[in-house]
Amino acid sequence: MRLLLGSLFALIVAAVVGLGATYLALTRGATFGPLTIGSWTAWPKTGTVDTDPYAKASIARIGRLPTALGDGVAFTASADDSGRPLDGRCDVVLSGVTPAARFWTLTLYNPDGELVANSINRFGFSSQEIVRNADGSFEIVVAPRANPGNWLPTGGIERYILVLRLYDTAVGVSTKAGREVPMPAVTVRSCP
Amino acid sequence: MIRWLLLALGGAVLGGIVHLATIMILPRTATQDAYSRLARSVPVNSVTELKAPAPEAAPMPFMDPAFASAVCRYDLTQGPLKLSVPVSLAYTSVSFYTRYDVAYYAINDRAAGRRVIELELMTVDQHNQMPEDEDITAADRLIVESPTVTGLIAIRALAAEPGLMPLAKRAVAAAKCVRAE
Repeated sequence: MRLLLGSLFALIVAAVVGLGATYLALTRGATFGPLTIGSWTAWPKTGTVDTDPYAKASIARIGRLPTALGDGVAFTASADDSGRPLDGRCDVVLSGVTPAARFWTLTLYNPDGELVANSINRFGFSSQEIVRNADGSFEIVVAPRANPGNWLPTGGIERYILVLRLYDTAVGVSTKAGREVPMPAVTVRSCP
Repeated sequence: MIRWLLLALGGAVLGGIVHLATIMILPRTATQDAYSRLARSVPVNSVTELKAPAPEAAPMPFMDPAFASAVCRYDLTQGPLKLSVPVSLAYTSVSFYTRYDVAYYAINDRAAGRRVIELELMTVDQHNQMPEDEDITAADRLIVESPTVTGLIAIRALAAEPGLMPLAKRAVAAAKCVRAE
């Protein structure tokens, strides 16, 4: 009886620990080799055959296709520069420049990777659509209400993520975070 | 007391094994991964245009709305495939994925250096069986080896402005993915 009870206890511990760790790894994201620059994180290795089992499992669960490294690199931001999660009810400003790339696109998604409905059907910007300053830097306002200049509407949702994809770029596995890869700053301008 | 602690420790070690096993098995049992989803709606060995992602519906999550895209779900059991993609105005790329959604190769219009991206896709075995002289005489033939017999090719053209979307769509629609004779 004691043996049966003991092994049952051990098996329950095993199931809770094992499945719990898998669930956490897949929902929180546990992938090796992140490249973090400011608020932005990319996993260049995920777009190659050297991708790790955690990335494979998470991609299969979400049902997306990763950006192949020969195509480009996708940087994701879910928080501003001070670490606060991005809130669609606030005015958030992206300012600065991007690393050298032939083209880039910026897209706003809800946490499930779906586009967010809005009044002007704008879901992102490409590098050619943006209005720039004389020195080549730009400012994009991510906000629920219309703003002058480059306005990316949030639709007022509570949480969103921004994905900046660089196409045909030298940024990749061997890139170290530093001055050679400048990414736009993410700052909250005002919050209701 | 010590007995229960030991049992908990043993359980935790076993839990670690369970964790690693589930992570490894998950991609092979997933039914909602990109390949399985597309396999239900996309015919094999031909190019199918994908609908542009919209807030209510998208063929898959995290698609870039600035691109016109199409996929070719391939099966190399019958033999190699020939792929040709005309390049569009801005940026055109072709990415290759295995059956388990691992990106193993990608090429863009600049790397191809021509008006049409042309290549042949085959398994490693099929490549090894090719007559050697044929391989040499066709030095400009681009051959891609697929690690799995089935997989996906994603063909994408950038519309740098929304007004250029029809052009990008036309380029993607003109792509061909057929059995090589």
